[in-house]
Amino acid sequence: MGEVIDRLISIIIAAVILLVIALLHVAYLTYAERKIIARMQQRLGPNRVGPRGLLQPIADMLKLLTKEDLIPYGVDKPIFYIAPFISLVCAGTGVALIPLWEKFVLSNINVGILFILALSSLSAYGVILSGWASNSRYAFLGGLRASAQVISYEIAMSLALLSVVLMAGSLNLVDIVNAQINSPYKIYLIPQIIAFYVFIISAIAECNRVPFDLPEAETELVAGYFVEYSAMRFAIFYLAEYFGMVVMSALAVTCFLGGWVGPFKVPYVPFFWFLIKLYFLLFVYIWVRATLPRYRYDQLMGLGWKVLIPVGIINLFLTAFLKLIF
Amino acid sequence: MTTYLEINKKQVNEEKWEEPFYLNMGPQHPSTHGVLRLFLELEGETIVNCTPIIGYLHRGVEKLAETLNYNQTIVLSDRLDYIASAANNTAFALAFEKLMGLEVPRRAKLLRTIVCEMARICNHLLWLATHALDIGAMTVFLYCFRDREWLLNIYEKICGARLTHTYVRIGGVRQDFTQEIIDELYKFTEEFPPRIYDYETLIDVNRIWLKRTKGIAVVSAEDAINLGLTGPVLRGSGVPYDVRKFRPYDAYGEVDFIVPTGKNGDTYDRYRVRMEELRQSNRIIRQCLDKLSETEGEPVLAENAPDLLIPEKVRKPEPKPVPKKGVIFKGEEVPVVPPGEAFASIESPKGELAVYVVSDGSGKPWRLRVRTPSFVHISAIPFMAKNHLIADLIAIIGTLDIVLGDSDR
Amino acid sequence: MEELLSELKEKFPTVIIEIQEKDYFTLICKRAGFLDLMKYLKDEKGFKYLIDLCGVDYLEYKYKNFKERFEVVYHLYNLDNKTLLRLKVRIPEEDCWHFSVTPLFRTANWFEREVYDMFGISFKGHPNLKRILMPDDWEGHPLRKDYPVYLEEEQEWKTYKELKEKIKEQS
Repeated sequence: MGEVIDRLISIIIAAVILLVIALLHVAYLTYAERKIIARMQQRLGPNRVGPRGLLQPIADMLKLLTKEDLIPYGVDKPIFYIAPFISLVCAGTGVALIPLWEKFVLSNINVGILFILALSSLSAYGVILSGWASNSRYAFLGGLRASAQVISYEIAMSLALLSVVLMAGSLNLVDIVNAQINSPYKIYLIPQIIAFYVFIISAIAECNRVPFDLPEAETELVAGYFVEYSAMRFAIFYLAEYFGMVVMSALAVTCFLGGWVGPFKVPYVPFFWFLIKLYFLLFVYIWVRATLPRYRYDQLMGLGWKVLIPVGIINLFLTAFLKLIF
Repeated sequence: MTTYLEINKKQVNEEKWEEPFYLNMGPQHPSTHGVLRLFLELEGETIVNCTPIIGYLHRGVEKLAETLNYNQTIVLSDRLDYIASAANNTAFALAFEKLMGLEVPRRAKLLRTIVCEMARICNHLLWLATHALDIGAMTVFLYCFRDREWLLNIYEKICGARLTHTYVRIGGVRQDFTQEIIDELYKFTEEFPPRIYDYETLIDVNRIWLKRTKGIAVVSAEDAINLGLTGPVLRGSGVPYDVRKFRPYDAYGEVDFIVPTGKNGDTYDRYRVRMEELRQSNRIIRQCLDKLSETEGEPVLAENAPDLLIPEKVRKPEPKPVPKKGVIFKGEEVPVVPPGEAFASIESPKGELAVYVVSDGSGKPWRLRVRTPSFVHISAIPFMAKNHLIADLIAIIGTLDIVLGDSDR
Repeated sequence: MEELLSELKEKFPTVIIEIQEKDYFTLICKRAGFLDLMKYLKDEKGFKYLIDLCGVDYLEYKYKNFKERFEVVYHLYNLDNKTLLRLKVRIPEEDCWHFSVTPLFRTANWFEREVYDMFGISFKGHPNLKRILMPDDWEGHPLRKDYPVYLEEEQEWKTYKELKEKIKEQS
């Protein structure tokens, strides 16, 4: 009995540490995004709140918390209330499965990849339900776009990950990292470069980021599915988006870039290499946002179904074939 | 107007969702460039019907002009197309000069040309910024604003205002350029062309940009003329109609420039035409600056230019006023401005801006009609948007380059 | 240009009342048969581009030498030989209508709506003659000379008045 309680306590402590780290990352990801894009666009970015604007995310959070939570007339109230939380929970839970370090993984389950994929599919429900419940035409169109987009890019992403699973021979994320260390190239990026590209593109689409930010295309659908939301519920959608980015990047680091392993060991900072890789991928997200225009809806679907999925399938067959030979 | 609202309401109340999907785009929408309202009938995301509804920014400029004198009217013109107000000033001034039979000094003509071309660059930069932002490229937006800011600062040095200048006056311009302004403009003309190249490298070869603009909203030359489209939109369809070449005004007759035209008449061609026009405008400014040195010290206002406060009525004094009981003053009214009518049009950055003025001899116009390009361009949206997607509609609004202050007047 | 004018005069003697030479050549036309003239100009003479269409109210105009109150002014342009032609049609107040040229020039669609909105001249054959700049339920035609610049309170827009009363009630 005592053993179980000890274990429970240690898990809770680990969970709290993880949650705090993740939330901090998400909060400062917004700050980093604003600063980096500002640099790319030759302006300053936030620099008023705190030294170099470092307290900006906290100020934003406080502001959004104290704003009035408007509920428009005619919305489907229970669903309207719950939709942002569905998005957030589904996007955030994935963090628990990522092995940040050999000895630090909150829940090391055997079907890790499958679980993350399931969660990211579920997070589409938050978007669809919010679009439906808002009783607004813009939100409705945004929700429709989101559902179509998420479903079609899910397939490409799964295909890319399946190749990795085939190479590693396991669905467990820790096993995948270990398999990478033992493989001749140390990371799967080199043999699975095609799968990596497919994965990154689908991940951007999955998170509704530029150039695939159609569900919330600001200039077309005003804000898409969360146009009727305000205050904290609005902020939660943002949080979910950034959580999604972090989880997807972390998954890419785990599956393609060798997880916590680096060229040499950095003493006292076990997460060092993981975080470096994670930050690089997050930077790519931001970089893309500052550079590319937005796709049109039909072109986006065309890219998903006509390019990414066939490429993913071919890569999968190729991997299987090579695996069979060697 | 109410009928559309009724349709909406009816659909919601009776839950008739099988009927076409109606969407009210605007008047508050981030990318309708103002208070344009588009009533869309959708099938999925394809536009079946599109009805533009304007008038939300109607200030009655034409009616107001009838109560103001000619010089005051120019102040109203600033508020039409507030992005390129120098062009509007020029159009008004040209019409009034034609009416009054004034000859503008050469230096004033050159100055006007410079100011107009600066307005064109300002306008096209803002257009590129917002058009790219509409399509989703965010960075171009801020790059363009940086250069526009430079020009606005020069405007501030010229006349003290950044957007609503009223720099052009009937019979000339308000004041001469200082040497500082000329130096600054020289510097601008030198540094600007490489920057145009920068913008082009940002989006011109981008696959997504090409996909979003090529083959979108194609207008044939015939249709474009019939729809009354002018400016870069018409030239994008391959018609080299440019008022600066066809009916030269100001100093455009003596400068050398090319009128760029497109081939296919799609959004991409219109974008190319505007980018090329930026270069040509830069060239025109450069030439005019060179010519300014030839006219050093010449006046910038015609000698017989009307006073800023044109009296409403002038009475010819009688040689021998006959004192009569009850009548203090007697005399014959003399027209301040020759009665008649005049029509002048210019190539404003957005298209052809025409002013038709009727005078009754008093100090105020009897009727002032402004034909604004945005008004005509908005009327072409239903034709262009048919069978396109919502995302294309945004590109169409962007490519037409409309300003609602210009269309609603 | 002279050739064209004499040819027109010959071909449409009943339509063209007068040819004036102002800043541009101006044809004063009659309403009857005007559409034929426009069609001829567009199809045969290359005046394909209608720059502008507007109305003018000549109520109590000092130098007026005709009895009709309104004029509808057209500015036509020939893109090939760069000629501009002004056409004017006079519309009496009591019989306030004119033929629509929208079937010929699609750009005239909104111009005519605007003239209808501002002067109350209705256009026969127009596909969708409604107010354009003013609200649908506006009373009066603002650009007429007998319409005041500043409205008294009782002349205000009905919808706005109702709205004001509603707010008063609620507060």
